Amino acid sequence: MTTPAPLLTVHDLRVEFAAARGRATTTAVRGVDLTLNRGETLGIVGESGSGKSVTALAVLGLLPGTATVHGSVALDGQELVGRPARELAAIRGRRIAMVFQDPLSAFTPVFRIGDQIAEAVRVHQRVDRAAARRRAAELLDLVGIPDPVRALDSFPHEFSGGMRQRAMIAMAVANDPDVLLADEPTTALDVTIQAQVLEVLRTAQRETGAALVLVSHDLGVVAQMADRVAVMYAGRVVESAPVDELFAAPHHPYTLGLIGAVPRLDRTGGPLVPIPGQPPALHALAPGCPFAARCPLAVPECRAAEPVLTGPGEHLAACLRSGELAAERPAPAEVYPVPALPPTRSPAPAARETLPRVLSVDGLRRTFPVHKGTVFKRKVGEVYAVDGVRLDIRRGETLGLVGESGSGKSTALFEVLGLRPPEAGRIELLGQDTAALSAEAAHRLRARVQIVFQDPMASLDPRLPVGDIIAEPLQAQGADRGRIAARIPQLLTQVGLEPDHAARYPHEFSGGQRQRISIARALAVEPELLVLDEPVSALDVSIQAGVLNLLQQLKAELGLAYLFVSHDLSVIRHLADRVSVMYLGRTVEDGPVEQVFAAPRHPYTRALLSAVPLPDPVAERNRVRILLPGDPPSPTSRALGCPFRPRCPVYAALPAEQRPRCEREAPGPAADDVHAVACHYPAA
Amino acid sequence: MSVDSPARAGRGRLVLTRLLAAPGVLIGGGTVLLLFLLAFVGPYLTHWSYTDIDYASLRQPPSADHWFGTGGLGQDVYAQTLRGLQKSLIIGLLVALLSTVLAGLVGACAGYFGGWTDRLLIFFVDLMLVFPGFLVITIVSPRLRSAGWLAFVVLLAAFNWMITARVVRSMTISLKEREFVRAAQFMGVRPLRVIWRHVLPNCASYLIVDATIAVGSAVMSETALSYFGFGVKAPDVSLGTLIADGTDTAPTYPWTFYFAAGLLVLFVLAVNLIGDGLRDALDPTADAARRPSRRVRDAARPLPGRRTDSPVPTVDEATA
Repeated sequence: MTTPAPLLTVHDLRVEFAAARGRATTTAVRGVDLTLNRGETLGIVGESGSGKSVTALAVLGLLPGTATVHGSVALDGQELVGRPARELAAIRGRRIAMVFQDPLSAFTPVFRIGDQIAEAVRVHQRVDRAAARRRAAELLDLVGIPDPVRALDSFPHEFSGGMRQRAMIAMAVANDPDVLLADEPTTALDVTIQAQVLEVLRTAQRETGAALVLVSHDLGVVAQMADRVAVMYAGRVVESAPVDELFAAPHHPYTLGLIGAVPRLDRTGGPLVPIPGQPPALHALAPGCPFAARCPLAVPECRAAEPVLTGPGEHLAACLRSGELAAERPAPAEVYPVPALPPTRSPAPAARETLPRVLSVDGLRRTFPVHKGTVFKRKVGEVYAVDGVRLDIRRGETLGLVGESGSGKSTALFEVLGLRPPEAGRIELLGQDTAALSAEAAHRLRARVQIVFQDPMASLDPRLPVGDIIAEPLQAQGADRGRIAARIPQLLTQVGLEPDHAARYPHEFSGGQRQRISIARALAVEPELLVLDEPVSALDVSIQAGVLNLLQQLKAELGLAYLFVSHDLSVIRHLADRVSVMYLGRTVEDGPVEQVFAAPRHPYTRALLSAVPLPDPVAERNRVRILLPGDPPSPTSRALGCPFRPRCPVYAALPAEQRPRCEREAPGPAADDVHAVACHYPAA
Repeated sequence: MSVDSPARAGRGRLVLTRLLAAPGVLIGGGTVLLLFLLAFVGPYLTHWSYTDIDYASLRQPPSADHWFGTGGLGQDVYAQTLRGLQKSLIIGLLVALLSTVLAGLVGACAGYFGGWTDRLLIFFVDLMLVFPGFLVITIVSPRLRSAGWLAFVVLLAAFNWMITARVVRSMTISLKEREFVRAAQFMGVRPLRVIWRHVLPNCASYLIVDATIAVGSAVMSETALSYFGFGVKAPDVSLGTLIADGTDTAPTYPWTFYFAAGLLVLFVLAVNLIGDGLRDALDPTADAARRPSRRVRDAARPLPGRRTDSPVPTVDEATA
């Protein structure tokens, strides 16, 4: 039996970026070997800066002029590197097509979607305008865009993010390519939309028979989609194996660490396995294995020479000790040092009632007026950003607030933090009603509630040294200098930084360290409630694990209550005691984390949970996925009845006589239920 | 911003350290200091006073007796130039300082508070912009004549800040949306403190560049004001009037023009050097104090301060 020649072979690919004068060039990709067979899906996983996107772009020859590409990329035996641009252009889109991460910038905003897809067809095929347009409509239909003929005349901004990504896929498969390169195709999307888009990618692959290269930082997505996986670190492939083998028995300590660092939707609590240290700077690599500095298994030989990618059969790893890992199959926690977290026990439901309320929100509403006209502005409508949110946090408890983008999480948060009388409903913070606060009382209350923002770069003033940043809340509360000077080193140590970091500026720190500075600033005034607005979503998984462990540790040590806002259900599952799910500005389900995740009752929660990819290919294949149709509707119209109805699988399956209830009556959560759900026909 | 304590280095101390580590600042600061020394000690080195007229030598080139030569009426150019330098140094620096502070304050407040504060302040700014400044000055000048040069500085500053304020306002509006400003608000930091600690330092690059330009232009616009019989009147002189008078005779009697113009160029260049250093010291990503190859980086990226390096436009203004 002869093995068929691989479709795409990448051999010893090296990419160098010329730097500004006076600085060393950066080698982003340092010798990558990949093979891709017909019809197969290859996942490339890595953290930011590992060179995975550069590899994908180098295959297409789309790198900027400052990059130099060495090595070979062969498609069906034809060499691509070094070809003139004209010939490459004939291959791009025709034989290799690309799906980009950000579909908004991948479409030209001033042309209609249909024209752009038809253009992609006409560039490579000799067909007339009408035929190309028909083909474009077919393609839009293939990727599941409703009413494709009308969608042809839409502009990109009229599409939602998920629809744009589908249209992008339609454009990529327009010429039946042999290879489809998808660079983080779902990173910018919500989980339910991500599930849709991944399904579309699978359909597109099935229809065209193309091989798919899926570049992603998300182990779950790769576990779900890929047949084979290549793990990249510092510009090289460090491990490559069939997906099941890779997740079951990684042969490289980095892969092992990555798997241990991801919080799992199907497991509870406990410390995560952080990989110590930072990825190395690519322009100043030390000799030897680039991972040696962070590797708990490193031996002196590791620092001598870089190990080659080798191994038995298809399972290759670039590690001197891969044999031991393959034989012993240790769990991540056995290899990596895991911090011992002090035990946190969420109070029993009965005892919970007796604890003081830290935050209690009920029936919160916030609308934004929609204006029209330039000279005389008149109100033409309202956006119901938040319309019926309830939150309840007791002392020492973590509430996870989950929802997709546009569900009003952030608006609800800022309403609470604004300490103003709400438009409707009631906010009670630490026993004080915000509607009845004097300015002085509000100022004092601010010391007891602090916030950590999503993007640690944006939330730290770039022109202020770290010491002054941390001192800010203390100064705002009028603390004296001696106390501030004593508190800063203490806080920095508490979040795992050095006291002498106080004299540095934020840009000198990495993302994870910056988020630690943010946390130190929030802790400075010893708050009772910490609001965390997506605190880890801008971080790589190995760094994220460290920050999540820190949060768990601080909570146990200081008895803090957290309001943890996230779109990532795995993180919520890992950290929260209770969870509250929002859809379109309303709370649709809340309850203890174990109950909600084990037995979700609202159809939206069920769909949400089933859409989260698990970093475990075997479990992933055995799951039943609930795909929600369409996008969340616009919050400008306040629909009568249940707002989830248009996408609800339960409603769709209801017998006709039970439907009117959903259409007329908006379900409200039962008031004092432990596990409350806003649905007329909840699952048991 | 008195946040320093012996135990740690706050922003003030760090900026000062970086400032003193920059060679440009030391050179610029030294030059300004020398200019002040020259202006206030220099006149004692010669027996000529700026009012003296030497009928024996009209339009004579520099000599041992008249170090910078003499003017059309036999004035000693050296004495006149130093007298002018005294005036111009103070006027230039004070006007730039006053107008920049005013612009930063008004612009930042308008942008930060928004609403009616914004509308009122911007209305006022626009009003000032459409007012012919010189007309206002001629009207108020008789009443202020007794107040002397200080009133003059205030008036010059008052007609020099509006465009800067508008730019600062729009910068503030975009800064206000940044998370670190929002974080400060949620921490309970008072509005004026947010402006002082977060908004203004992040506009600093622009403000500093603007202030360095203002130094040169203040010296020159004072000349224009003297036509209204306000400001510096003969026989008193300033660098501005000297340059304006000397422009016509510059090709034939260069000493009447080039000493005054040269000192002004030197002054503006020195201020520019200080401004550059201050901007780099306030911007932690600049790292000018630490990296050796400053010139290489400057060639690679266009500096916003670059256009102020040459005071030629201000001289053109005088000739125009």
